[in-house]
Amino acid sequence: MQSFRAFIIKEFKQIYRDKRTLLVLFGMPIIQMLLFGFAIRNEVENARVMVLDRSGDAVTRQLTGKIDASRYFTITGQLQRYDEIDSYFQQGNVDEVVIFEEDFARRLERGERPAVHVVTDASNPNLAQLIQQYSSAILLDYQQRRAPESRTGLTTRVNMLFNPQLESVNLFVPGLIAVILMLVSALMTSISITREKEMGNMEILLVSPLHPGQIIIGKVLPYLVLAFVNVLTVLALAQWVFDVPFRGSYGLFLAESLLFIFTALALGVFISAKASDQQTAMMVSLAGLLLPTVLLSGFIFPISSMPQPLQWLSHIIPARWFLVIVRSIMLKDSGLLFLWKETLVLVVMTLGFIALGIKSFKIRLE
Amino acid sequence: MQPVRIHNLQKSYGGIQALRGITFDVQEGELFGLIGPDGAGKTTLFRIITTLLKPDSGEASVLGKDVVDEYNAIRSSIGYMPGQFALYQDLSVRENMNFFASVFGTTLEQNYELVAPIYRQLEPFENRLAGALSGGMKQKLALSCALIHKPALLVLDEPTTGVDAVSRKEFWQMLHRLKAKGITILVSTPYMDEAKQCDRIALMQNGGILSIESPSAVTRQFDRQVWSVRAGSKYRLIQFLRGYEHAESVQPFGESIHYIDYRAGFDPADFKQMLERNGFQGVQVQQVAPGIEDVFIRLMEQEETYE
Repeated sequence: MQSFRAFIIKEFKQIYRDKRTLLVLFGMPIIQMLLFGFAIRNEVENARVMVLDRSGDAVTRQLTGKIDASRYFTITGQLQRYDEIDSYFQQGNVDEVVIFEEDFARRLERGERPAVHVVTDASNPNLAQLIQQYSSAILLDYQQRRAPESRTGLTTRVNMLFNPQLESVNLFVPGLIAVILMLVSALMTSISITREKEMGNMEILLVSPLHPGQIIIGKVLPYLVLAFVNVLTVLALAQWVFDVPFRGSYGLFLAESLLFIFTALALGVFISAKASDQQTAMMVSLAGLLLPTVLLSGFIFPISSMPQPLQWLSHIIPARWFLVIVRSIMLKDSGLLFLWKETLVLVVMTLGFIALGIKSFKIRLE
Repeated sequence: MQPVRIHNLQKSYGGIQALRGITFDVQEGELFGLIGPDGAGKTTLFRIITTLLKPDSGEASVLGKDVVDEYNAIRSSIGYMPGQFALYQDLSVRENMNFFASVFGTTLEQNYELVAPIYRQLEPFENRLAGALSGGMKQKLALSCALIHKPALLVLDEPTTGVDAVSRKEFWQMLHRLKAKGITILVSTPYMDEAKQCDRIALMQNGGILSIESPSAVTRQFDRQVWSVRAGSKYRLIQFLRGYEHAESVQPFGESIHYIDYRAGFDPADFKQMLERNGFQGVQVQQVAPGIEDVFIRLMEQEETYE
């Protein structure tokens, strides 16, 4: 026990002495949070819309009014001819043009499906896509109110239901927590363990009364504490700087975060058992853990819009399940009753990784 | 009980045989040296003795315990200093010391008297980070750390490599003091001149042991006369003698060349004349007592001819 305590004290001292890493560890969540919160906003505000209304009847006027009434759009004018569209876009005076077909109201009466063309400026594809989604949502909403039982070809996005303001800041906080936890827990642990190997200290630690289990726990414990502090930092920033709503239980949120930290730590131990030097550990952690966490978890790109093989692949990304859990807690106030499936997946993954890590941790040098 | 007993130990990495059937014992309280060039298998052997590697075949027991089955019992009672002993560079001298003491279940105060001769030299720098120490100081700190739990057996893998001549001398003096306290020491070195300091030495080459003797017995057994030859151009002299019909061994040795002749009735005066006839100037031929290096090189050459 005395040797174990000495080992943990040594670990904390080493982390504390390494000021640069420490700065990264504590500064990174804050910087990322501010970056995502202020710089990378992808919501729409007062997009300029022009209307080319070829029928000019009650229905199209009503629809135009609805678009104008939304705080995301402002109708800036009417067009008369198709060939005007190009020049308006080229001058950059307009973000979207909505075109109503001729005889719109009459066709609707007859049960046909009159077309609304939505033209956007795809030179900013993200913005264009968002604008399109917003306008189709408005149109769909009208359609449903008019005849609830009729089926149309339009689709809506589920996440808009629970993020009615469509503010991206609400969506990226859970993803950011996942990324930071992966970085701090898995990357830093694997680097710290492989450093002992690379410098030759592992030889001495093995030839000491320290049990291999104690070596692992001693290595992991400081990063568990650090990662937890980071969760609290991000949460505090989200609440007080960005006013992100938090509807669910803090206790459940912290417990789930702790579970995810364990997943990441177990992955870090597993990587370090396999990698022989710091560089390998870093490359594997970055390419094998961080990239999938950013790209395949649904943090930046919605899983539903991925190609099918990537959707399958996303099932083995722990962050995917964590994201579902945290988003549900934060935005929907879901309890464990609704999240037990995702939680169970994470628990099983964590136990699996711990077992793998212990199995591949070598009590000898080979 | 012999602290180290090794019988027919074999170990391969991939297709390469690192150890090909090694057998030796180390007596209690002995300072036992392993001498051999890089790649002879010294580190592999030490890692098996310290339970860090498993042998492919053969037996090895340390302090009466088997290195494979009872590795846990061995680990806490030996002191090990690997080739590149990694002190924690970002911890101070004192912190390193305290860490290794605590990990091995003791304190610096408890065993201070054991490490004092070495550690006293480090005390002025107690608060300096280990990374900022000189090479010799680092080795001394490493040795102190390996010693702090009063091991029954001390295993040192090339402790003096990369250390200046003065520190090397001090280091060996320290080993003798430890030996006087009854600690069995197993040490490896690539430096032939250090071999004299050991009670017995094993000459290692290509994963095998060529001979195990006391340093004086090693040189006494040598049945050839060694001649130190000097002439104006050392390089040309080596080239010439290697092509000379009676030459058995020609080795550069500092400023001179160590030469061994095949013939029983070798006459140094004739030899000198012969060299002068061949255009060498300022030729000196002197008989010298064979050193361990001469023995080792000859053993290596014989080994190669047998293969």
